Amino acid sequence: MSEGIYLDNNATTMVSPEVVQAMLPYFTEQFGNPSSIHQFGNKVGLAIKAARKQVQKLLGAEHDSEIVFTSCGTESDSTAILSALKAQPERKEIITTVVEHPAILTLCENLEKDGYTVHYLKVDGKGRLDLDEYAKLLTDNVAIVSAMWANNESGTYFPVVEMAEMANAAGIMFHTDAVQAVGKIPMSLKDTKIDMLSVSGHKLHAPKGIGVLYLRRGTRFRPLLRGGHQERGRRAGTENAASIVALGKAAEMALEHMEHENICVRAMRDRLKEGLLAAIPNCFVTGDPDNCLPNTLNIAFEYIEGEAILLMLNKQGIAASSGSACTSGSLEPSHVMRAMGIPYTAAHGTIRFSLSRYNNMPEIEKVIAVVPPIIAQLRKLSPYWDAANNVPVEEPEKAFAPAYA
Amino acid sequence: MWDYSEKVQDHFFNPRNAGAVAQANATGDVGSLSCGDALRLTLKVNPETDIIEDAGFQTFGCGSAVASSSALTEMVKGMTVDDALKISNQDIADYLDGLPPEKMHCSVMGREALQAAVANYRGEEWKDDHEEGALICKCFAVDAVLIEETIRANNLSTVEEVTFYTKAGGGCSACFEGIEEILNKVMLERDEEEVVAPSPEPVKPAKAPLTNLQRMRRIEHTLEAIRPQLQADRGDIELVEVDFDKKIAFVNLSGACSGCQMAAATLGGVQQRVMEDLGEFIRVLPATEMGKF
Repeated sequence: MSEGIYLDNNATTMVSPEVVQAMLPYFTEQFGNPSSIHQFGNKVGLAIKAARKQVQKLLGAEHDSEIVFTSCGTESDSTAILSALKAQPERKEIITTVVEHPAILTLCENLEKDGYTVHYLKVDGKGRLDLDEYAKLLTDNVAIVSAMWANNESGTYFPVVEMAEMANAAGIMFHTDAVQAVGKIPMSLKDTKIDMLSVSGHKLHAPKGIGVLYLRRGTRFRPLLRGGHQERGRRAGTENAASIVALGKAAEMALEHMEHENICVRAMRDRLKEGLLAAIPNCFVTGDPDNCLPNTLNIAFEYIEGEAILLMLNKQGIAASSGSACTSGSLEPSHVMRAMGIPYTAAHGTIRFSLSRYNNMPEIEKVIAVVPPIIAQLRKLSPYWDAANNVPVEEPEKAFAPAYA
Repeated sequence: MWDYSEKVQDHFFNPRNAGAVAQANATGDVGSLSCGDALRLTLKVNPETDIIEDAGFQTFGCGSAVASSSALTEMVKGMTVDDALKISNQDIADYLDGLPPEKMHCSVMGREALQAAVANYRGEEWKDDHEEGALICKCFAVDAVLIEETIRANNLSTVEEVTFYTKAGGGCSACFEGIEEILNKVMLERDEEEVVAPSPEPVKPAKAPLTNLQRMRRIEHTLEAIRPQLQADRGDIELVEVDFDKKIAFVNLSGACSGCQMAAATLGGVQQRVMEDLGEFIRVLPATEMGKF
C-alpha cells in the first residue's frame, strides 16, 4: 500500500502486486497476437483461456464461453442494453432504476431521445426498490431490465436474483450492472435467470481498462463492436491480453479471499461506522445497513459540504469520496442521495468510505480520530451551525434567509 | 480533485476572518442549502467615513467557496463602501490566482454577498439577477437557465447564435450537445423543427457600404422583425436615435421589457441582430443613456 489511507475502493482499487506480476510477461516476452496460429500467439491464447476460466469460476457461470472480455464496465453495460434492443426491434421499452450508475442512466436518457420508453424504478429512503411496482411494468413491450446488483454510493443491494426470475417468467431479458458486487459477494450465475452481467476489472484489484460481459448461453445477442472474430465474434478487436490475464488472476484472488474479506473488511467498516457516529453529532448512515456491501459506508454529515471535507481529509492523507455537487461541478447533490430523499441539509455533506482487503484496523482508528475535528472545524465556518453550543442553529433555513432563495 | 492554486488552498485551510463580526452593521446573505453554497458576509462599517473596518464570513460550501469568502473579507477591509462595490467576481478569482472555470460561481457568490451587505448597510433592498442552473459551458461558466432565457428572449435557433449571445460553446465545444438540447426544448415549444448541428461557417455580415439613411432603415427593419417576439412577451421596442459617429443606436424598451431583469440580455440580443443585419459594429443602448455620450 502506498502512503496514506485509501478508502475509495468503490472508485477504483489498488492493483494487487500478485496481479501485476501475473500480467507483466504479457508486455514483454508474451507479446504474440492470440489470434495468430504460431507459438507466439498460441501461448497468449492459452493464457486468455485460463483467465476466462478464472472469471467463470468467480461468477459461478456454467460455461467459460459465457465470459466476453470488454474494455470496461461501461462497455459491458452498453453492449447488453443495445444488444437487447437490436435483437428485439419490436420491443421499445426498458426498465431500470433511478439510482443506476451514469453508464446506464446516460445511455437510457439518450435512448429516450431515440424514441425508446424508459421506466425508472424509484427507491425508498434506504435505497430499496418496490417489487410490486416492478412487477406491474413487466410487459411484452419491454426489451430488457437493467438493475444494478449493489449501489456504488450507498452499497445497498437490489434483489437481482429475484428480479431476474420475474423478468424471465415474463419473457424479458435481465441485465445487472454488478461492478460493485463482483468479487465481494459469492455468485452462482448458473443458478439464476440473469442473462447478462457487467464486470469492471479495476473494482477488484485488476487494472483499469478491462471488463467482462457475462452472456448466458442462448441469450439473443448483437455485438456492439463488429469486425474480427475475437471473443467468438461477440466483441471484435484484438484482445487486451495483459489486462485479461490480470483480471483472471484478480478473479482467482477475489474468490480465495472472499470469505475472509467479508469478515475482516466488514469488521473494519463497522468499527468505522460506530466510531464516527459516536464521536460526531448530526450525522447518519445512508442506505440499508442490513443489506449492503460489506466494504461500503456512506455517511451524511449535516450542514457542511462534501468537497470541503474531502480536501481536509486529503491533507491528512485520507482518500474518500463524496456525493456532493461540488466535486462534479454541477449544483445538485448525488442523484442517489436525492432519490433516497436525503434532505439537502445532509445530501451535500455525504462522504463515502469504501474499504478493501488492503486496509487495516490501525488505519481505521486513525480515520476515527481525524474525522471529528475536521467536521467540527468546517461546521464552525457554516452559517447553519451554532459553534458555541455545537448544535445546528434553530430552524437553520429560517435563520439564514438570503435576500433571494 | 480540482486543480486549486496554492492561494486557494491557503485560504481554505487557513481561512481569514472566519465567523461573524462583532457589532456588524451590514449583513449580506446569499445562496441556500439546496444550492450547496451559502455565504453570510458581515461588515463593520464606520458610518462617518464609510470605511469597512472589519469583515467576517460564514460559509457553507466547497473549498473554493470558503477560499473566495476568505479572500473577499481580506480585500474589502480598509476600503470605502463605494470602492468595495467595484470589486468584481474576477477580482476575487484573480486575488486567489484563479479558480477552475466550474468554480467561478463561488466568486460570483462573494460579489453578490458584498452587494447584499452594502444594500443592508444603506437600508436598501437588494435583489440578485443571478439564477443558478446546471453549468453547461464550463469554459465560460454559463448555466442552463441563462442559455434558455437568452434563446427565448432572442428567438435563437442555432448553437452558433447561442455562442454569440452567451459565449457558451465558444471554448472547447464540449457543451454543443447540451446547448442543442436546450435549443431543441425551446424550439419544440415554439413548434419549430429540431436543430441539427451547428453550422461550421460563421455568419458573414453584409459588406456593401451603406449611406446613413440606408443604415437607419436597416436598423428599423431589424427592430421591426424583433418586435413581435417582444410584443408576445407584452413588451416592445422603438428606435429613438442613431449616432453613427459614436456607433450607438438608442432605443426605448416599453411594456414588460422596461424594468425586466433580462433587459440587459434583451438589448444584448438586439445589438447582436442589428450588428449582423447591418454588417458593422454598433452599440444598442437605452434612450435614457443618450445624454451620457
